[in-house]
Amino acid sequence: MTELTHKRNFAIIAHIDHGKSTLADRMIEFCGGLTDREMQEQVLDSMDIERERGITIKAQTVRLTYKARNGETYELNLIDTPGHVDFSYEVSRSLAACEGSLLIVDSTQGVEAQTLANVYLALDADHEIVPILNKIDLQASEPDRIKSQIEDVIGLDASDALEISAKTGLGIEDVLEAIVERLPAPVGEAAAPLKALLVDSWYDPYLGVMILVRVQDGKLARGMKVKLMSSGEVHQIDQVGVFKPKTTKVDELGPGDVGYFTASIKTVAETNVGDTITNEKNPTAEPLSGFKPSVPVVFSSLFPTDAADFEELRESLAKLRLNDASFVYEAETSAALGFGFRCGFLGLLHLEIVQERLEREFDLDLITTAPSVVYRLHMTDGSERELHNPADMPEVTQIDYIEEPWIKATIMVPDEHLGGVLSLCTERRGDQIELTYAGNRAMAIYRLPLNEIVFDFYDRLKSTSRGYASFDYQMDGYKESDLVKVSILVNGELVDALSFMAHKGQSEFRGRAICERLKDLIPRQLFKIAVQAAIGGKIIARATISAMRKDVTAKCYGGDITRKRKLLEKQKKGKKKMRQFGQVEIPQSAFLAALKMGDD
Amino acid sequence: MDEIKPAFGIYIHWPFCAKKCPYCDFNSHVQDAIDHDLWLKAYLRELRYYAAETSDRLVTSVFFGGGTPSLMKPQVIEDILAEIGRLWDCSEDFEITAEANPSSSETRLFQDFRQAGINRLSIGVQSFNDQALQFLGRLHDAAEARKAVESAAKIFDRLSFDLIYALPGQTPAEWQRALGEALTLAPDHLSLYQLTIEPGTVFHQDRVAAADEDIGTELYEITQGLMDHAGLPAYEISNHARETQESRHNLVYWRGQDYLGIGPGAHGRLTRDFQTEMIQNVREPGKWLELAQTKGLGQHKRTPITAEERRDEILLMGLRLTEGVSADHYHTLTGTDLASSLDQIRLQALENEGFITFRDNILKATPAGRQRLNAVLAHLLS
Repeated sequence: MTELTHKRNFAIIAHIDHGKSTLADRMIEFCGGLTDREMQEQVLDSMDIERERGITIKAQTVRLTYKARNGETYELNLIDTPGHVDFSYEVSRSLAACEGSLLIVDSTQGVEAQTLANVYLALDADHEIVPILNKIDLQASEPDRIKSQIEDVIGLDASDALEISAKTGLGIEDVLEAIVERLPAPVGEAAAPLKALLVDSWYDPYLGVMILVRVQDGKLARGMKVKLMSSGEVHQIDQVGVFKPKTTKVDELGPGDVGYFTASIKTVAETNVGDTITNEKNPTAEPLSGFKPSVPVVFSSLFPTDAADFEELRESLAKLRLNDASFVYEAETSAALGFGFRCGFLGLLHLEIVQERLEREFDLDLITTAPSVVYRLHMTDGSERELHNPADMPEVTQIDYIEEPWIKATIMVPDEHLGGVLSLCTERRGDQIELTYAGNRAMAIYRLPLNEIVFDFYDRLKSTSRGYASFDYQMDGYKESDLVKVSILVNGELVDALSFMAHKGQSEFRGRAICERLKDLIPRQLFKIAVQAAIGGKIIARATISAMRKDVTAKCYGGDITRKRKLLEKQKKGKKKMRQFGQVEIPQSAFLAALKMGDD
Repeated sequence: MDEIKPAFGIYIHWPFCAKKCPYCDFNSHVQDAIDHDLWLKAYLRELRYYAAETSDRLVTSVFFGGGTPSLMKPQVIEDILAEIGRLWDCSEDFEITAEANPSSSETRLFQDFRQAGINRLSIGVQSFNDQALQFLGRLHDAAEARKAVESAAKIFDRLSFDLIYALPGQTPAEWQRALGEALTLAPDHLSLYQLTIEPGTVFHQDRVAAADEDIGTELYEITQGLMDHAGLPAYEISNHARETQESRHNLVYWRGQDYLGIGPGAHGRLTRDFQTEMIQNVREPGKWLELAQTKGLGQHKRTPITAEERRDEILLMGLRLTEGVSADHYHTLTGTDLASSLDQIRLQALENEGFITFRDNILKATPAGRQRLNAVLAHLLS
């Protein structure tokens, strides 16, 4: 077994498209981890969505064997972390499994908000950080400017930053040397009781749940009975191995090692990221610090476009959860939309990923309602409860006050778009905490209500900065706020699924927006239709869909009767599926379209 | 309303045209060599087949439609009518209509058609504007159209012509002028259709857009006003006539009465003991011809319709008529009560909104209701 002094565990921190996966591929190639035939572009990201969007959802790992310039052979474990704020807890656990990080910055672009957030997490984990400037082969590369930006914005010494091109392979060996020379070796006691960090887990159709671990002390070997300390569950280990990056069985994992084990665990929900794994017989005294169960922060309802797909949606959610325990769901019934599920996610990207996987892997056509955050209701009787769904909002008289979640947002934006970004933040009730300049880019740090982010903040940020702003956030506590529930009424009747929570100052604007939207979506009918937004009994916005003026077949003779009757029958059948509001029937599709996120 | 007399119509479909128009979704085809004798024999055989079970009926109308029936040899028409006379009793006011195109070659034959027995002509003028005629893919020009109407008026006692309006870009002023010009020809009957884009047509393929709802409404309302003023009020959504000049044959359809469909793609309705059957012929001309020759009829399907389907058909056709549907007539047709076959709440809502009236035992769509009849029916009959 390799000595601790000849092991290095490291992570790579980078913004999307700055070259993390390409660099990983080059390092694997250099160390001979895969034959050329097996090298698929960006081997680490195995899921389609990950590869397409350049984001990693599950932590992955690869063990490299590197013969250094000093003649010694080293075992390098690359732990590829999820690269998005929604998974910041998962990122922090992956980083906790390493002693150092490579910070990759695109030398044509510079530091982005996401990079920054992850660097802070790495510094929190006491990492040694090696700055690397990538894409140095490109004309637009400005290594000196980017170096000073790294120093100004992050506060890291960038004087000995490496300059490489992952694409052409330039400087790859220097990166491997830096890992050996500049990152610390892990420490740990082989003789101590087993203490290992559960970095991540996923479901493998052949092996069952696979658990990615980093061993701190002791040994983890086949046949051992281990205990998951948060739940107290005990499992017997079936298989132990490492990723090279193909799974390769080994006899045991020792201190400093990163690898996997399987133990006939059926669902990933039984395993918690950040948990400590120890020996059942001879447990460690103290679990590793930093464990917390994952908590959904954004809720949204999923409805099948075709009501007949409801059962399939239920099964698909169950299957998906086999591999992603961080989202939660429960069945929900809406008078306007039929049967669906209320789901909780770690964040907006997480929501999008789950939705996309359901549509892609399970071939479902879904409608996702506008996301809502978790409000804390302080009731007049002194109790406190969480509100996940505006439809569940109790009587206002029972509520003493409401708190909403806030975030701390970091936005990096080129100077020329700063004005628009700042006014967007102000419009969204933001408090500026910090505004600094580095070169021609500005970094703005704001406290913002999460509620304002889930509405359409990303889209607005993108359009106001022409796509140049980058954005990242972390949860930053709860604060009392003047919040109201806005209800939508059609011909005086409530459309449950369209209710939403809003800050009082914005309720009218948002109520009007949804009324106008419904006005465009609901087809004209024989009768006039009133669409209203209301807070309690008070109407705050209204729109009227005027009655249709003409709808008649021009020609209808003997040969047309059958066809016209069949058309009428189809219309009659369609009406049966509609929801009745007074004397008008409104197709579900209009409500579904009104709820659809992202298309204004 | 006077009591509606029993009526029985025969529709004969001639499926050929000199050219297929880009808006037409009828069962019409362009074919070079047509063996008129063969077609005649097939028509006669199919007529004889149905005569066997309907010889007790009094035939009140025959309608030659198409396609372009004015391309039929007059002798074929004469022979068909002679056979009908042999097979059935015909009413005193027996109406025999043929559709005709106004191209000069057809106009020359008007006298021959009159001789063959046609006593009412329906001319597919469509427009008196050369540009519009070109857009509609017609083979005639405005001058020919005028000449056709004028010469037909000398030959036939009863005459109608068709106009299509709401063409892309047509303004209310333009249509008003065009309709005024048409009225100078002193017609007794006019069919005025808004252009609709039907699937399977060239216009549909070319994504020609029909007039939007607002323009369509305006043009429709202008039409009603002008025609009322001219003494040819609408007796049906798109049909206008002076009193007594209505198409008796088409009234058979709209009044839910029985008719035979002879020829490819033709439809029929036959009722015995209040059970109505729907009859549909095979659409493809060659196939129909072969079946009619070998089996005596080119039927594709013959099925009884349910009571609800019958109700829907009577109302879907009957409410197109200004006269509406009387409970008495409904009872004559179905043996059931009109009022109790309707949902009172839905009916009430439509009455309140001014789309329907049900007074003196007559169910009527108001002018506002007729203008939105599809939606009114969907609401009423759901």
